[in-house]
Amino acid sequence: MALEFLKSIVFELNDEEYALPVDLVGAIERVMPITRIPGVPPFVKGVLNLRGVVTPVIDLRERFSFDRQEETEATRIIIIQHDEKDVGLIVDACYDVIDIPNDTIEPAPETVGTVKIDYINGVAKYDERLLILLNIDEILSTDVLKEFYEMK
Amino acid sequence: MEMNEYLDVFIEESKEHIQALNDHLLTLEKNPEDVSIVNEIFRSAHTLKGMSATMGFQDLADLTHKMENVLDAIRNHKVKLNEAILDVIFKAVDALEAMVLDIIDGGEGKKDVKDLVNQLEAMEKGESVEVTSSPKISADMTNTSVNPDVTLDEFELTVLQQSAEGGFNNYQVTVTLQETTLLKAARVYMVFEILEKLGEVIKSTPSVPELEEEKFDYSFTVVLVTKDSADDVSAKINKVSEIDTVEVKELEIQAYDRDEATPASNTSEAPSDNGSSEDAQATSTSNTKKKSQLSSKTIRVNIDRLDALMNLFEELVIDRGRLEQISTTLKNNELQETVEHMSRISGDLQNIILKMRMVPVDQVFNRFPRMVRQLAKDLNKDIDLQIYGAETELDRTVIDEIGDPLVHLIRNALDHGIETPSEREAKGKPAQGTLKLNAYHSGNHVFIEIADDGAGIDREKVLKKAIANGVLTLEESKSYSDQQVFQLIMASGFSTADTISDISGRGVGLDVVKNTIESLGGNITIDSKYNEGSTFVIQLPLTLSIISVMLTEVKNEKYAVPLSSIIETAIVNKKDILSAHHQPVIDFRGRVVPLVSLSDVFNVPGETEEDDFYSVVIIRQGEKMAGLIVDSFIGQQEVVLKSLGNYLTDVFAISGATILGDGQVALIVDTDALIK
Repeated sequence: MALEFLKSIVFELNDEEYALPVDLVGAIERVMPITRIPGVPPFVKGVLNLRGVVTPVIDLRERFSFDRQEETEATRIIIIQHDEKDVGLIVDACYDVIDIPNDTIEPAPETVGTVKIDYINGVAKYDERLLILLNIDEILSTDVLKEFYEMK
Repeated sequence: MEMNEYLDVFIEESKEHIQALNDHLLTLEKNPEDVSIVNEIFRSAHTLKGMSATMGFQDLADLTHKMENVLDAIRNHKVKLNEAILDVIFKAVDALEAMVLDIIDGGEGKKDVKDLVNQLEAMEKGESVEVTSSPKISADMTNTSVNPDVTLDEFELTVLQQSAEGGFNNYQVTVTLQETTLLKAARVYMVFEILEKLGEVIKSTPSVPELEEEKFDYSFTVVLVTKDSADDVSAKINKVSEIDTVEVKELEIQAYDRDEATPASNTSEAPSDNGSSEDAQATSTSNTKKKSQLSSKTIRVNIDRLDALMNLFEELVIDRGRLEQISTTLKNNELQETVEHMSRISGDLQNIILKMRMVPVDQVFNRFPRMVRQLAKDLNKDIDLQIYGAETELDRTVIDEIGDPLVHLIRNALDHGIETPSEREAKGKPAQGTLKLNAYHSGNHVFIEIADDGAGIDREKVLKKAIANGVLTLEESKSYSDQQVFQLIMASGFSTADTISDISGRGVGLDVVKNTIESLGGNITIDSKYNEGSTFVIQLPLTLSIISVMLTEVKNEKYAVPLSSIIETAIVNKKDILSAHHQPVIDFRGRVVPLVSLSDVFNVPGETEEDDFYSVVIIRQGEKMAGLIVDSFIGQQEVVLKSLGNYLTDVFAISGATILGDGQVALIVDTDALIK
């Protein structure tokens, strides 16, 4: 029997709702002190101390080239553990775990929200909400870092 | 598949057994008459054979099996041990090791060992044709001589003697099964069950495993210690069906010479007796005590788990710091006492966790006796290797890295250092050269010395070569101290050997050694007297995960500079900064040292405060130096080195990070990247 639901963490970014499979998520943290790292792309905010593990943090707004926004009470860091990489993602808010029925998931249409199509796995309509399913491999791809280093 | 989870265990244990084989073979070479060592070797080989057969590594199992046969023949005195045999066995162990290495690399452990197998087979048969050491024949002999004298080792004799003194009867029980018996092993099992109820089986001929595999004809003999009478024993055994005869005889232990493992009387000796003694011991219940002493009380723990433990513990230390602060502000006595107690305990805990990562340097040293033996043979030199301080402990990560540099230095010492016996005698030295390996702790470092009493370093020859290579001029060479001269041989492409041999002399060695050791945060020094010998001293940090750093502040950011690359810190007046090729430089003790502003390199945000004085950290990499301008020095600290993870790699001039006492992350500067 195929999986009927995709258990996902839903978070807010630039007034849109995004989803990531819950099994990628190691923790959700409030904002904590981040140490800046010199010479990396601006979307890499730096590293933080996650219970003894030095973890890099990506500002998802800047990763997607959205406008910058000051952090608020609701700002969260989602710690992703994927492909031997531990990375924190800064999002505007994070409040839900939702079982997305598989049959509501559709391939990404050309015009959805403002995120480049490469980063999207699909969209799901759920309870009158539009959830954008992100492609974590593309977001954590180190190719962008390499390009950045080469340009310097 | 499910085999994979056993593969790690198999690899670890195979390595241990191969090491044990090497160690014992070397001991055996010194005491060729000592049968107990052969037994040890046999046991390692036997276990290895069993393991590899179970895992399906047939070549490995076959070669071990052949080796085992030869060993069996040796310990049963059918084959006389000589150097040629030892050499072949050493070669076989090498082949085994190669196979295991292949398996580690994901191979199937296959290797063409036909030659070795043939040699082993020839050796096994060579000297005593009538004994093919097949269990079949030995069983025949057991059968023909109805009452074979059982050979007993000293341990077994002691047991028998003590039981006799304790009022027990020692019997030699020979059981013969009916020739029509179908399930011989089952009958044997039933007999043993009865025997074990009656008393204790000290020894069995053939051995219990052989009996279980039905590798006997119809009769077997056991030595039994019991309180029951001979008739009772015989009667009880006869209750098992398909038993032909049971013969119970009083065993006279006086008949055995206590000093020798073999019987004093030259009666017909059952060939497999010695061979089975070890196996019999392992299965016999009376020896459980001895067996439990042999197994060491260790468990294998994945190093990742230790790292995780360490990480969590560091978090605890940070919280401890906060608690201490809270307790001092609250001034509550009870709270303060509890926090103090917790601090002490966590201090102990920290020590234990750090110690868990430490392994004795013996893990590297233990392969050297073997290597030196082989090299000495190849080079026709006579060398006595002395190892001291093998129990000295080092962090696991350092141990993993230090092996190759040491191998290189030892090869060098043997090839260039120690002369041939005739040369040595001509110089009035003993023909046998000495190579000393010594490891010891001192402060926060571990020192490893490699000392030989060989030719030493020829200062003139080194200088001549350096001048010929254009490294320095004749004038310069005159002012060089001995130390400076010795450092020259560690420059790349430098070899003083006149002839290039297989072992060393290509000049791609000592510089690599030096680099490896420096990358480990250590250093290497040379001391040498011409014609008296050389000593290489390697200084290593106790652990790689904890390093000493100078913590500095640049505007609002903190950067840690490894102490190992710092020469000193200085306050420099702005007026003293000169410019050369648009690059700010200072005159530091007569040398022109370029200045690098960390604030500029790392684009640190924030306002620059204008000051007449700069705080400068002078760093070095090899011969090159540079000065790092920072805002202030915070101080020297021991920190735990952490990586930035797999996402952020290749960050310029940052080698890692560490977590400070307040829980914040500070970056560690890669000074090598800042020195052009």
